[in-house]
Amino acid sequence: MNRKIAPPIKDAVEFDLKLKPYDKYVLRNGVELYAVNAGAEEVIQVEWVFFAGNSYEKKHMVASATNFLLKNGTSQKSAFAINELVDYYGASLARTCYNETASITLHSLTKHLPKLLPLIRELLTDAIFPEEEISLFQQNNRQRLEVNLKKNDFVANRLIDEYLFGFEHPYGSYSRFEDLAALKREDLVSFYDQYYRRGKCILFVAGKLPPNIMELLDTAIGDLPLHGGDVEYPEHPIEPAGEKKYRVSNDPNGVQGAIRIARDFPNRHHPDFFGAQVLNALFGGFFGSRLMNNIREDKGYTYGIYSYLQNHIQRSAWMISTEAGKEVSEATIQEVYKEMALLRDELVDEEELLLVRNYLMGSTLGDLDGPFHIIGRWKNIVLNKLSEDYFYQSIRTIKTIQPEELQRLARKYLQPEDFYELVVI
Amino acid sequence: MIQFSRFVLPNGLRVLVHEDNSTPMAVVNVLYDVGARDEDPNRTGFAHLFEHLMFGGSINIPEYDDELQKAGGENNAYTTNDLTNYYCQLPSANIETAFWLESDRMLSLAFSKKSLDVQRKVVCEEFKEHYINRPYGDIWFKMREMAYEQHPYRWMTIGKELKHVEEASLDDVKKFFRKHYNPANAILVVAGNVVTEQVYELAIKWFGDIPGGEKYNRNLPQEVEQQEARRLDITADVPVDAFLKTWHMPSRLDPDYYVADLITDILGSGASSRLYQSLVKEKQLFTNIDCYHFGSTDAGLICVDGKLVKGVRLEDAELAVQAQLDLLIREGVSVMELEKVKNKTESTMAFEDMSVMNRAASLAYYELLGDANLMNTELERYNAVTADQLVELSRKIFEEKNSHTLYYRSKK
Repeated sequence: MNRKIAPPIKDAVEFDLKLKPYDKYVLRNGVELYAVNAGAEEVIQVEWVFFAGNSYEKKHMVASATNFLLKNGTSQKSAFAINELVDYYGASLARTCYNETASITLHSLTKHLPKLLPLIRELLTDAIFPEEEISLFQQNNRQRLEVNLKKNDFVANRLIDEYLFGFEHPYGSYSRFEDLAALKREDLVSFYDQYYRRGKCILFVAGKLPPNIMELLDTAIGDLPLHGGDVEYPEHPIEPAGEKKYRVSNDPNGVQGAIRIARDFPNRHHPDFFGAQVLNALFGGFFGSRLMNNIREDKGYTYGIYSYLQNHIQRSAWMISTEAGKEVSEATIQEVYKEMALLRDELVDEEELLLVRNYLMGSTLGDLDGPFHIIGRWKNIVLNKLSEDYFYQSIRTIKTIQPEELQRLARKYLQPEDFYELVVI
Repeated sequence: MIQFSRFVLPNGLRVLVHEDNSTPMAVVNVLYDVGARDEDPNRTGFAHLFEHLMFGGSINIPEYDDELQKAGGENNAYTTNDLTNYYCQLPSANIETAFWLESDRMLSLAFSKKSLDVQRKVVCEEFKEHYINRPYGDIWFKMREMAYEQHPYRWMTIGKELKHVEEASLDDVKKFFRKHYNPANAILVVAGNVVTEQVYELAIKWFGDIPGGEKYNRNLPQEVEQQEARRLDITADVPVDAFLKTWHMPSRLDPDYYVADLITDILGSGASSRLYQSLVKEKQLFTNIDCYHFGSTDAGLICVDGKLVKGVRLEDAELAVQAQLDLLIREGVSVMELEKVKNKTESTMAFEDMSVMNRAASLAYYELLGDANLMNTELERYNAVTADQLVELSRKIFEEKNSHTLYYRSKK
């Protein structure tokens, strides 16, 4: 045995990846239900997705406050009684507010689901948003915001989005003290009524499902005024900042700079999106990427540096993000631009490209492990209104994209003058 | 029920295999029985720095990450006060690549000067990112030093100070490797779409000829029973006051560990927990408050950790916490409350066991504790805990003389 010689490998590009199909049902009220029945553990995840993200709000922060406070009281139960019921069954009830959608996600042992569904029904019909819960929410979030504003990375994430989209666009907006203070109960109640109680809803269910899952959910919420039709998406003009370069001082004792470099990018429907994902991996998308190899593994400027495409529905952005030593922040930015230039000027060699292909295939394969990951892929396809073939198109691109195409994309998109550049120290 | 097989190679390497053919992937997890508690007090942060160096090339293979990525694999590692764990996941057809990579770095590292120079800087940036460049970043450095006078849990895995990391030499690296990184101090777990007999053959083939090395015998200074409450009052440039109080608790292998774990759930885990409901929701003294512990192998700490509502005095906040502890000791818990935390434990375990990677890491950890099958029997131990035990142990743990209180004040 010669330890210098690698054992033979099967190139991951030869793997035949399959995305387990979903089962689809429609409840009496038209709400669509996507279900993936898989996994060995007796667990279940049910996600109610509403078209109630901050794109739909007329006043800042109303969408996120409504989402968060949805489980803080009904006319029958206090917030404590609701929490206690969920905790008693060892379940969890998460709320998340995004730009377009907002979710309620229930995780539970499968055997307890029937006990928990009546509670969800109650939350979707009878949330009352008590005044004292709202003022507590305001107080606690005000203090949390004060703490977060001391963190350079938090400040940088807010500012870079604002430069890209403008503060009045949902993608560029963020929480401010004045918006928090201005929250009114009637705004939450009416947002809830329009976008949750009578709102558009899509259900995503995964795990070890009981055979009567469809009946269970139809009994629980099939008669509610929720619907599966379309909702009008309010138009928000994008107002990108004129200036491109920013240096912001946030912490006089700061020892690191939070660096963000970003440009706008089309959404997943654009034909360049698949190829850009491969180019992104090569550039800064994983531990073996060029940015990580150069800026961490060769120079030791940072604990980590990544690039990624933002996960929005209408428009995306291409972002490079790192925290680097204060004295090497500017050098880090120069290295990022050098790596862009290399991608524009030189074709990637076959060996490096094969490594990226294998990595992407292997991580996709690993990411299909378990029902929650599988439903996550389908949710992405459904909510972005992508074709059912999207997963396979993406795999095809990983397997077949050529160095010339990657160079074309680099020349089109990785031009320093198109990027916003920000350092917060 | 997690099925597994176990065998020990002649060089002392323990090998565990867990088959799960529902996934196309395999996980190879190598745990080394060394953590920050095994460091020289003048060379802290070394176990963690060493973890970084394990990716800097081994004796026959210059680039660990590249080779794994070529095979479609991903990996990571972590260091705690107790142990260092390396894991990779790759398509099971390529599992031999992981054996090749892991066995070579157990055999010997390349001990590259360049890798040491770079990783010292990387770890310093990690130190800054997580502990210097953020509000309250140093709170646990202070708490550990106050709570432990003898035991090496006194310092954080990242190290006591940047200087220790900056001063690490190649000679230190070599000594550390020889002492801790050998088959006698390691546990290999292979899980996923694998066949036990094949894993056994691969283990012999790749790890069988590595010299066993000396079994490291841990002999750590232990804390003497604390006789007096300890307190610290500091002021820093943070926006709001923070409160942190800890008490010594039983070690991971003590039968009372399970009782202590449930006590933290009753007090401070989840939105219906006692501290959250009474102190955040009803009395509105804290904006958030948690009760937790770290599950450390040696005797650890139960922690109550919260940020105060502006205008509330730390002294009043502390009294309110104490009142909740007194209530628990005086009136105990209801049947329903005890069922609640047991249900939560059952559910947490089921969700954790969903991923093959978690199952592999748990098997390695329980094997390190002395019995991999604990993974299958721990739920029974939790279910056997009684309300009386909870009260009795609470009384013992929450004695003032067993405590450490830290007031972290906002500079006005």
